[in-house]
Amino acid sequence: MPLAPDSRLPTPDYLLHLADNALILGHRNSEWCGHGPILEQDIAITNISLDLIGQSRYLYQYAASIMGEGATEDSLAYLRDVREFKNYLLLELPKGDWAVTVLRQYFFSQFQILQYRALQQKQDIQLSAIAEKAIKETVYHLRWSKEWVIRLGDGTEESSRRMNKAVDYLWSYTGELFMPSKFEIACAETEIGVDPATLKDEWYASVQQVFAEAALTLPSQGWTQSGGKEGVHTEHLGFILAELQFMQRAYPGNEW
Amino acid sequence: MSFQSRKFFYGDIPDDGAGDSVNSQPSISENNWPLWEVFIRSKQGLDHKHAGSLHAADAQMAIENARDVYTRRMEGISIWVVESKYIHASNPDEAESFYEPANDKVYRHPTFYVLPEAVKNM
Repeated sequence: MPLAPDSRLPTPDYLLHLADNALILGHRNSEWCGHGPILEQDIAITNISLDLIGQSRYLYQYAASIMGEGATEDSLAYLRDVREFKNYLLLELPKGDWAVTVLRQYFFSQFQILQYRALQQKQDIQLSAIAEKAIKETVYHLRWSKEWVIRLGDGTEESSRRMNKAVDYLWSYTGELFMPSKFEIACAETEIGVDPATLKDEWYASVQQVFAEAALTLPSQGWTQSGGKEGVHTEHLGFILAELQFMQRAYPGNEW
Repeated sequence: MSFQSRKFFYGDIPDDGAGDSVNSQPSISENNWPLWEVFIRSKQGLDHKHAGSLHAADAQMAIENARDVYTRRMEGISIWVVESKYIHASNPDEAESFYEPANDKVYRHPTFYVLPEAVKNM
């Protein structure tokens, strides 16, 4: 997107990456709405969805104001195609069973809390304010998802089997969280953004602690899936966007 | 004639191929999660008021569920939960003997005192 680079502002790519993460996971979690067999947890996961979608709105609005040229939060969420989305692959994977959903939420909330806390200390006032607001929500997401990981991991034979299966499924997608992209390195150099590689040790230490409590074995850090930040996605993202964007694609400019 | 029973767990959607264990131990489901009563304090200085009830596996989860179910619109700053089975209630059938004897004991109200001028409300 052609725009004059201003080193005092976050690059649109960086903001879109942060926003896409929140939107896509928010959308995935929202698939539980009305399907949780327990009313109370149905509401909990839907609350988390709404928090994440709210975070994505602030970030899209900020990105749109920097991008100009008629960009709006709606055009950024509804009118970009798969290759333009920069979210982590982890977040677009199908919601799976409850173990997959809560483990993914835990992995990401544990990452997000570190990322937001670091962002809060950075130079960009707007982004720092968005981070500050999001931290309060994220602390709760982390607490809630951690509880569930421990509860299922250290629960019955069945819950432990499911949680172990979820670990096997999701683990190879966690390495991508810490692989910095060009736009992250650029924003980190100007003291506006965070290089995610700097969050890695703390993230692993926290996860290790929770896994110990949950009687789960931490897999080794081996080969990892990646590509999301560069727009190279799994086949799942296209299906999410088809559902998410259908109305605006079929009836451009439609409002209700 | 015997039926193969397929077991579903929390989070399974019956038509997506989940629920693969057959006849294993009982699941933790809504059926055996205990009921909890929730009390919310809306602001400092006020009492906790009964807000409703919900299901949860333990106290920790009950408080978190209460936060999600009963404080979505800034209704509270403090939550108490207690398992419903620990609430002992008076028997509605005994209402007559319980409450009506108080009906004609007007002297229990402080209405026979002359209030000083300065006291506007009591």
